[in-house]
Amino acid sequence: MAEPIGLERAKIVVREDECKGCGLCIEACPEQVLFVHKHLNRLGYHPTGYKGEGCTGCGICFYQCPEPGAITVYKKGYVGEEVV
Amino acid sequence: MAEKVLAKAESFFDIYDRNPSPSKDVTHYCPGCGHGVLHKLIAEAIDDFGIRERTVLFSPVGCSVFAYYYFRTGNIQCAHGRAPAAATGFKRTHPESIVISYQGDGDLAAIGTAEIIQAANRGENFTVFFVNNAIYGMTGGQLAPTTLVGQKTTTSPYGRNPANEGYPIKVAEMISTLDAPVYVERVAITDAKNTARVRRAVRKGLQNQIDNKGFSLIEVLSVCPSNWKMDPIQSKQWLSDNMIQQFPLGIFRDRTGEVPAAENKRHIFHVDGLREALELPVETESTIKVAAPAPEFQDPRIKLAGFGGQGVLMLGLMLAEAGMHAGYHVSWIPSYGPEMRGGTANCHVNLSHRRIGSPTVSRPTLLVAMNLPSLERFENEVVPGGLIIYDTAMVTRAPKRTDVKALGIPASTIADELGNTRGANMVILGAYIGYTSILPKEAIFAAMPSLIKRKNLIPLNEQAVEKGMEFVRNLRG
Repeated sequence: MAEPIGLERAKIVVREDECKGCGLCIEACPEQVLFVHKHLNRLGYHPTGYKGEGCTGCGICFYQCPEPGAITVYKKGYVGEEVV
Repeated sequence: MAEKVLAKAESFFDIYDRNPSPSKDVTHYCPGCGHGVLHKLIAEAIDDFGIRERTVLFSPVGCSVFAYYYFRTGNIQCAHGRAPAAATGFKRTHPESIVISYQGDGDLAAIGTAEIIQAANRGENFTVFFVNNAIYGMTGGQLAPTTLVGQKTTTSPYGRNPANEGYPIKVAEMISTLDAPVYVERVAITDAKNTARVRRAVRKGLQNQIDNKGFSLIEVLSVCPSNWKMDPIQSKQWLSDNMIQQFPLGIFRDRTGEVPAAENKRHIFHVDGLREALELPVETESTIKVAAPAPEFQDPRIKLAGFGGQGVLMLGLMLAEAGMHAGYHVSWIPSYGPEMRGGTANCHVNLSHRRIGSPTVSRPTLLVAMNLPSLERFENEVVPGGLIIYDTAMVTRAPKRTDVKALGIPASTIADELGNTRGANMVILGAYIGYTSILPKEAIFAAMPSLIKRKNLIPLNEQAVEKGMEFVRNLRG
């Protein structure tokens, strides 16, 4: 049986309500695919958003982000559940 | 295969129920705080090494005081600066555990300086993560031992001036002067490259402990945007431009490759070995039978007081020792203070069928007063229905309380007649056990050999106990 192929492209998911808008991920992203949302989240911060394409799955944003659960990075080929 | 996902570590709780704040899915840290990043790296390493079930995190006083909200590990929150001392005790009694001392610079480099240096010098086999943000963060940005020269804080508004406040303490350098530490490195949470170094150092520090290598300390330069009064991005730049100049990054000590397992060298004490070393007899089941005392005399909380030299401390020791022979839980503590140098001496004794919570007796059920000052000082502490035993040869008035029992006995006179005035304490003891049946005299006699150094005095002391019992018998007719 063939292995499942998994994700075709890497991607980042931001749990907006856990983001404190510090901007470190946006500053550090080598591909510049993250941006600041105009709207405020539950905590009163402008959360980070993902432009929807261009993520290479490098994980730099994940390790810059101080919140344990705010950022999840899926690399190409990931198989399994995803956060929403 | 490399992990295909970077997500919240399992070593974090899903929901931070311990946090009283209504937002239980986010940390209490400020936006951009370095603690969160270090927490993530530690949690990830705990996950990857499969050590969560045996990891205990010792958190400090400082912003990370609440680390136990987040880590799904064992947690102990320590008194300010004392994490290395608590961690030492835990690691030595649970050598299989993985012990992390997580400390800030106010905690480790100020009030806890002694603890960290001594723990490092003993080569304790645990891992210290020392978060240095050059400021007191939790309390609002005061000058810390690690504050940079020239840095303005709320308590150094003109900037740190070495002539006033001294120089920043370089902890990594200082610890690496000691012989015992195995691994000391300073890293910084800044850009991706430096953060990757932090990640490596965290993992190495924990791996060393897993391998029983000994003491590892990782100093982590970290930002405090709130108190530095910068946004998170500026603060990382400031750290890179200023902090690293005064706190150079790098490995200061790495003997990971050469040190044998510390555990193998350490002598482990066992109770049996201690008994042998102290020449104590082997513990045997007591055969001494205790009659049940009347309910008001059971599980007494005792205060014994008199002049220094009257033997009140010995009386307490004898009660406690005899209590052990009779199968009671016991405690004895002398009260230390200026009264040790003249005036009254006193000690507290508990005999109980249950485990004793506190050895301190502030509301005694029995007061023994061997002189007048002791009666005057402690009479009012006795619980209603309690008992006061006093030496009528020394105490010139009866107790004033009418809601307690009072038993006066001329203990010093009786002891004098036996040929040793200093036996008054044993006369009192005899009177007490005779009056209450709290202990049989056999328990006292069994305790004497371990407490009375001059063995030829044992018969005299036994007589004194008998005389006290006899006095009570005659009293009752």
